[in-house]
Amino acid sequence: MFELEKVSKRFNSLTALDDVDLIIPNGRTTVFIGPSGCGKSTLIRVLMGLIEPDHGVVRYEGAPVNAGSAMQLRRRMGYVIQGGGLFPHLTARGNATLMARYLGHPTEDIYHRVDELAELTHLPSDALDRYPAQLSGGQRQRVALVRALMLEPDVLMLDEPFGALDPIVRYQLQTHLRDIFRGLGKTVVMVTHDIGEAGFFGDDIVLLREGRIVQRGPIRDFVDRPSEPFVEHFISAQRTLIDSLEDGT
Amino acid sequence: MIVRVFLLFMAGLIIYVAPMSCIAQDIRIGSKVFTESVILGEIIAHLARETGASVHHHRQLGGTRILWDALLAGEIDIYPEYTGTISNEILSGEGLVTEKEIRDALGSRGLAMTGPLGFNNTYAIGIRQETSDRLGISTISDLRKYPELTFGFGNEFLERGDGWPSLRTHYALPHIQVTGLDHDLAYRGLVSGSIDAMDVYTTDAAIAFYGIQILEDDLNHFPVYDAVLIYRGEWEESKSNIVKFVNKLEGRIDEATMAAMNARVKLDGLSETLVAAEFVADQFNVVVTVRKTSWFANFLVNTYEHLKLVGISLTAALVISVPLGVIAARWRKLGQVILTVVGLIQTIPSLALFVFMIPLVGIGGPPAILALFLYSLLPIVRNTHAGLTGIPPDIVEAAQAIGLPRLAQLRLIEIPMAGGMILAGIKTSAVINVGTATLGALIGAGGYGQPILTGIRLDDVGLILSGAVPAAVLALLVQGLFEVVERFVVPKGLRL
Ligand SMILES: Nc1ncnc2c1ncn2[C@@H]1O[C@H](COP(=O)(O)OP(=O)(O)OP(=O)(O)O)[C@@H](O)[C@H]1O
Ligand SMILES: [Mg+2]
Repeated sequence: MFELEKVSKRFNSLTALDDVDLIIPNGRTTVFIGPSGCGKSTLIRVLMGLIEPDHGVVRYEGAPVNAGSAMQLRRRMGYVIQGGGLFPHLTARGNATLMARYLGHPTEDIYHRVDELAELTHLPSDALDRYPAQLSGGQRQRVALVRALMLEPDVLMLDEPFGALDPIVRYQLQTHLRDIFRGLGKTVVMVTHDIGEAGFFGDDIVLLREGRIVQRGPIRDFVDRPSEPFVEHFISAQRTLIDSLEDGT
Repeated sequence: MIVRVFLLFMAGLIIYVAPMSCIAQDIRIGSKVFTESVILGEIIAHLARETGASVHHHRQLGGTRILWDALLAGEIDIYPEYTGTISNEILSGEGLVTEKEIRDALGSRGLAMTGPLGFNNTYAIGIRQETSDRLGISTISDLRKYPELTFGFGNEFLERGDGWPSLRTHYALPHIQVTGLDHDLAYRGLVSGSIDAMDVYTTDAAIAFYGIQILEDDLNHFPVYDAVLIYRGEWEESKSNIVKFVNKLEGRIDEATMAAMNARVKLDGLSETLVAAEFVADQFNVVVTVRKTSWFANFLVNTYEHLKLVGISLTAALVISVPLGVIAARWRKLGQVILTVVGLIQTIPSLALFVFMIPLVGIGGPPAILALFLYSLLPIVRNTHAGLTGIPPDIVEAAQAIGLPRLAQLRLIEIPMAGGMILAGIKTSAVINVGTATLGALIGAGGYGQPILTGIRLDDVGLILSGAVPAAVLALLVQGLFEVVERFVVPKGLRL
C-alpha cells in the first residue's frame, strides 16, 4: 500500500504535483489519467523514489520512501518507462536480465523466465537477441514489459505501456495482463490517455489536472457523477471522437 | 567487459613502463642546443671520465633559460656558457661588466665559473679574403674608406640594439647599400660577390670553409662573449679533482680551434663525441675510444624513450581524467570548474610548460612526462563528460528504476554507453601526445625529437626525417590501434 500525504513537487516555477493526498491499495490496479503534462509520470516517479517531493511524505507499506530506502524498494517494483527506456548497448535479453544477473540469480532460472515472459507478451523469440535499435516500437514496449516483470515484482508501474502496440496485440495483451494482475493479486499503477483502457484495467481511476487530483473512483462514477465540468469534458472528448466516427457510417 | 579491456590495457602499459629507474650519475653535464655547446659538453665529458667519475651528458638540453634553471635546480652540474650571455641576458638587471663581478654574482648563487676558455663567440663582420687583400681591410674602421661596399646582414643583426644600428653609429660607417637576408644565403651572396660584407659569429663553422676574413673590432663595439664553464660551487671542495680537470680548459681553445671543431661537425659530418675526442687527445694526451653507434641502435633508443614518454604520460592521464570526467558529469558546477582548468592548461605553450616544470621535477623525462600528461587531460576529460551527459534521461532513469546502485549504474550502463566517446578522447590525446612528445627533446627527454633537434642544428634533412617519419608512423599506429580497440569497446548495439 502506498500512502501519499500532501505531496508537492515543483520544477522551477512549474507545479507538477500540488498537495496530493492519495492511497493506493495493494492487489488492485490504479490508473492515472489526465491531460498531457498534468503530472502523471511525476507521480509515478515520486512513488518509486526517483524524485524526492518538495513537501509531503510518501510511504510504502508504512515505511517512508526516501533516498535511503528507495533502491531496495525499486527492486520489488517493475517500471515500464514512458517511451521504453531500454539500454541501447544491450540486447533485448540483456536488458531484461540485467538486474537478475546483477543480483546473481541462477542463469538457468533467468533464461527460463525470459522465455516465459517473451511468450506471455507475444515477443518473437528471435527478437530477444536483437538490440533495441533493431526492434519495432511495439516490440520495444514488450521488452520493457518483460524487463519490468522479470524479478516478479509486487508492484508494477506502467507509464503508457501500450502506446506503440497495434490494436490487436494491444487488445490481446491487455486482456492477458489484466488476468495475470487479477490472478496474482499484483499492485498495479498505470498511466494511460485512453479512457477505455483506464476503464478496462482500473479498479480505481485517478484523474489529474495541473498536479491536482480532480476525481477518483470507478469508471462509472466519471460518467455518471462527474465532480466538475472538466471531468465531463475530459471523458466526452474521447467519446465524441468515436461517436462521430460511428455517426459517419 | 569494457572495464576489463580497459584494465588490461592499463596493466599492459604499467608493466611496460616499469623499468624506468635512473642510475645516479656523479657528474651531469648540460649543453645548449647548438653544435659548439654540444662539442664543449663532450670535451668536459671526456675529461671528467678520465677522473673515473661516471658521467652523463644531457646533449642539446635546450636554450639558455633551461640550462640555467637546470643548473640552479641541481639537475645538472656544469655547462658551457658565455660571459656576455650571463651579463646581458641571464643576470641582465645587475649591470655586471667585469669577469670578477660575474664570478661574484654566480658565487652568491652557489655557482662557480672557470676562466675564459680562450675564444670569444660574438658577432663579427666578415669579408672575402680576396677583398681584404685587395683593399687592405683588416679592421672594421677600415671599412669607412670604402663606402661603395655592399652589406648583407641577417634580419636579427639588422634589428638588434647591439647589431647594425649601433655598429653604424659607433664606427660612423657611411654605407647605404645594406640588405637584410637569410644567414645561409648571405654566405652564398658573399662568395658569389653579390655582397661584400656580412655578419658572422666568430666561431662559425663556415668561416674557414668559405675562406672568410674576420675584421678586427678595433673600437670594441661588440660585447664580449667569452666562453666559460659554470658549475656548482660545492665542487670546489667535494670534487676538487674534477675542478682541476675542468680548469685545465682555460685558455686552451681559441676562435680558430673552435671554428675548426664546429666545421668538423657541421661540414664534415663527424660526431661531436669524435671531434671532442680528437681535441682532448691532441691537447691533453687523453685517449678516448669512441664507439660508433649505428643508426638502428639510435633508432631503438629513440623509440624506447619516445614510447616511454607517451606511455607513462598517457596512462597517467587516463587514470586521472576518466574519473575527472565522471565527476564533472555528476556534479555540474564542479564540472564547469574542472573543464575550465584543464582547458586553460591546454593553452599554455609547451616550451613554457616545460620550463615551469624544471624547478619542480628537474630535467629530462619527468618534466616532459608531466607536461604531456597535462596536455593529455583535456580531450579525455571533455569526451568523458560529453559522453556521460549525452546519455538520454530515460536511460539514466531506467538504470535507477531497476534498482542498480550508483556505481553499478556507472559501470554497467553509463560508461559502456559513453565508451565510444571516451575512447575517441583517448585516441585524440594519444595522437597529440605522440606529436608533442617530440618537443620533449628540448629539455633532454630524448625520443624522436632528439634526431629532429640535431637535424635542425646540423641542417641535416635526413636526420630530421629519421625522427619525424617514425613519429608520424607511430601516431598512425596509435590511431590504428585505437580503431581496433574501438571494435571491442563500443557495444554493437550502439554501432547500429
Ligand atoms: N525534470 C523536469 N524538469 C522540469 N520540468 C519537468 C521535469 N519533469 C517534468 N516536468 C514538467 O512537469 C510537468 C508534469 O510532467 P509529467 O511528466 O509528470 O507529465 P505527464 O502527466 O506524464 O504528461 P504526459 O502525458 O505528456 O506524459 C510537465 O509540465 C513537465 O514539463
Ligand atoms: Mg508522462
